[in-house]
Amino acid sequence: MPRILESIGCPFCGCSCDDIRVTVSDDGNTILEVENACSIGSEIFLNASRTNRITRPRLRQPDGTMREITYEEAIDITARAIIRAKKPLMFGFGSTTSESQAAAARVMELGGGVLDNCASICHGPSLMAVFDNGYPTCTLGEVKNRADVIVYWGANPIHAHPRHMSRYAIYPLGFFTENGHLRRTVIVIDPRKTDTANIADYHLQIKPGRDYELFNAFRMAVQGFEDEIFETVSGIPRQMILEVSTILKQAKFGVIFFGMGLTHTDGRNHNVDIAISLVRDLNSSSKWSIMAMRGHYNVAGPNIVWSWTFGFPYCLDLTRKTHAHMNPGETSSVDLAMRDEVDLFINIGTDAAAHFPIEAVRHLKKNFWICIDPHVSMAAEIADLHIPVGIAGVEVPGIVYRMDNVPIQFRSVISPPDGVLSDEEVLLRIADRLEERTGSRYGIPDSEKAGQNTNGYRSATG
Amino acid sequence: MKQELSLTMITHRSIEEGIALEKGKNSREYYDACTVIEMSELDMFRLGIEENTPVRVFSSSGEVIVRAITGIQSLPPGVCHIRQGVWANQIVPAITQSAGAPQYSGFEVTVTPAPGERILHARELVLRSVGMWTGEDDATDP
Repeated sequence: MPRILESIGCPFCGCSCDDIRVTVSDDGNTILEVENACSIGSEIFLNASRTNRITRPRLRQPDGTMREITYEEAIDITARAIIRAKKPLMFGFGSTTSESQAAAARVMELGGGVLDNCASICHGPSLMAVFDNGYPTCTLGEVKNRADVIVYWGANPIHAHPRHMSRYAIYPLGFFTENGHLRRTVIVIDPRKTDTANIADYHLQIKPGRDYELFNAFRMAVQGFEDEIFETVSGIPRQMILEVSTILKQAKFGVIFFGMGLTHTDGRNHNVDIAISLVRDLNSSSKWSIMAMRGHYNVAGPNIVWSWTFGFPYCLDLTRKTHAHMNPGETSSVDLAMRDEVDLFINIGTDAAAHFPIEAVRHLKKNFWICIDPHVSMAAEIADLHIPVGIAGVEVPGIVYRMDNVPIQFRSVISPPDGVLSDEEVLLRIADRLEERTGSRYGIPDSEKAGQNTNGYRSATG
Repeated sequence: MKQELSLTMITHRSIEEGIALEKGKNSREYYDACTVIEMSELDMFRLGIEENTPVRVFSSSGEVIVRAITGIQSLPPGVCHIRQGVWANQIVPAITQSAGAPQYSGFEVTVTPAPGERILHARELVLRSVGMWTGEDDATDP
């Protein structure tokens, strides 16, 4: 009899939906059906038992082909590469469990490298703004039960967070919002008329890269300087700004959800900074919250785990041994890559080869490139060493942090292929090997760090 | 009719890209989902091209060939969109404004028609970009 598993967590977007029903075959190896998940979430589950998986690590040979090796060898090669590298960079963690993020912290503390997560190219600027200006936020449960005005600014949840509106923000019937979407006002600010904009009550079709000015105009309206707003700001007529700002001021409970439209365009953290200031202004007459639309189901996890481990959420430079150092622009992955500052790259729980600007990939590929990933992603295609692992959230259980930083225990629904380890096991074994090889629990002494610079392949394996 | 057009590029997720991504980056679905540049009808008209015509897109960081379609999610004239992923990131500038995040959106591109040009598949494109392509594989579309 196939088994039906209830309340399963979905390992796709920051919604981290935990109401998925998964039907698994009698032998527990095949996922037959997925209910409640969005089309992307369903695909993740169904693909887990559909694809021809790589089940053993593979090492690139001098002739360019890949040869299968044991986990033991792969772990040893990785440990030796970390020891030899002057500044190894470990990047990713959008799609892993928090347990493996904690294990990675141990590896890079021992290895004296840079630890960075997908936030670096995603909501990192938001975190910088939060440092500068605070984070008046709430949980998604509060949104569901209280919010009557929802703003999506530079976010397109129909495409990127498909169940965000139905499960949390617009359509659900909550304790104080028993009429669901009928009593909620939806405002979308986006240069494109996205599918999300199509269902909004107000779509403000802003000029690309002009978010800061429009936030400023809203702040002026909220603070009583309506007369001084220009006739048109960022392509939006003054009359529309005043009409929408009245709705913002009269909200019982409003939430601004912001996405990559703010953090990937000109202004970066400053766009988020002024969004937070607008929320603060609105809180003088109403009740408002703000929340980042985190992209992956556990991309918030490393920020939480590393904050309690090192005091900083991402872009962690641990090369100084005595203390952690964080300075986006200096210790962020893309900037390090472009300045050729790293001499070993470890890609885990992401696909840097597909999602970094290709210039940065070219720079990183000058060095030994290790990919820890269940699938043959682009990062695995160009890797010198590919270590396959179980799929977190499907084959590997663990804690994940939803976009509102609420931790959720995800369970596994099937087992990984025979002999395939989890991210956490691989990382812990690398950490153990680092301790064994250096004879130290306090990191690699500088004298051991030869640096490999130009030919990572030879020095890492030789 | 113009032979080239300067537009402002936005690269973001779409649900088609998200579903295809999970099928695998070497899948036909990923190729079909991510090798499109969406633009306004007016800009298509200005370039004198029809739906699905291959175009060459240049930025300060590189170039890529994709096929042009009228925006599924509509765009104002002067703005274009390539779904995030392998093809978009061939032209995304690695400029971070000292904040770590590259300029995935809001950068200038030039679009020119390139009828008859081949749109490379993901693996070939990435391997070529990092100098690892040996041509041993079938170089046709996935």
